[in-house]
Amino acid sequence: MDCDHAIFRVYEYLDGELTVWKRRAIARHLDECPPCAQGYSFEIEIRRVIVSKCREEAPSALRAKIAGALGIAIPDA
Amino acid sequence: MTPGRIDLGTGGTLPGMADPAQFAELAMPYMSALYAAALRMTRNPTDAEDLVQETYLRAYRGFEGFREGTNLKAWLYKILTNTFINQYRAKKRRPDQVELDDTEDFYLFRRMGGLEAADANRTAESEVLDALPDAEVKEALEALPEQFRMAVILADIEGFSYKEIAEILDVPIGTVMSRIHRGRKQLQKRLWEYAERNNLRPRVDSATGG
Repeated sequence: MDCDHAIFRVYEYLDGELTVWKRRAIARHLDECPPCAQGYSFEIEIRRVIVSKCREEAPSALRAKIAGALGIAIPDA
Repeated sequence: MTPGRIDLGTGGTLPGMADPAQFAELAMPYMSALYAAALRMTRNPTDAEDLVQETYLRAYRGFEGFREGTNLKAWLYKILTNTFINQYRAKKRRPDQVELDDTEDFYLFRRMGGLEAADANRTAESEVLDALPDAEVKEALEALPEQFRMAVILADIEGFSYKEIAEILDVPIGTVMSRIHRGRKQLQKRLWEYAERNNLRPRVDSATGG
């Protein structure tokens, strides 16, 4: 597998969407190709950063409103 | 009847009807995640709160039809997404049916010199990512055209599979993949533009000859 092909498939690999055989082929390429492996790690890192920076807490007023509308006690966070 | 309360008909739980306590126990833990997605979709806290509230009310009403063992989280997101599309987006004349320019894979990594310099300073690259202000990352995501934004939120923030996203958005898996892919690259492009404007590029360590 060459770099172009590996990079083309690497997002599906990252998303856990490949069959076991394709996973192995990508994993082998990443083992042998440090630039691709670093690019792959960097994609994981970007995703981690985006997830952590886009986190939000539902406002307590919203919780209360919904609980009220459903006629239930507000559950703890 | 208390205003704002769901009409339970006879004022109690009928056989086969959603049990509020059970619904709350299962669905309430997703509220912050749904609110975050709603904020990114509506780009406005008031609309986001309304959207989440509407989602819970609809989910509660449909809870009867919800079967145990079904994916509750995906179901809630489907209701959220449909409500957004039908209700909030209707305010706008048309959804932004934009096509995105195709951008290279590993966009940000390449911009930071990743593929050229095998020794590039990995720590510095991570530091650039960490230095991006939360508000900028949120804004970059919110700036994506809607169809791409929804796909990226569902995949990257919520971790849904392509198949689940296809069901939530009611589009073929191939479309999901292409939207996620293009959306991600566009997002990286925007983050890079911010980093450049603010001189956040990774510093090349001269001692390693970079």
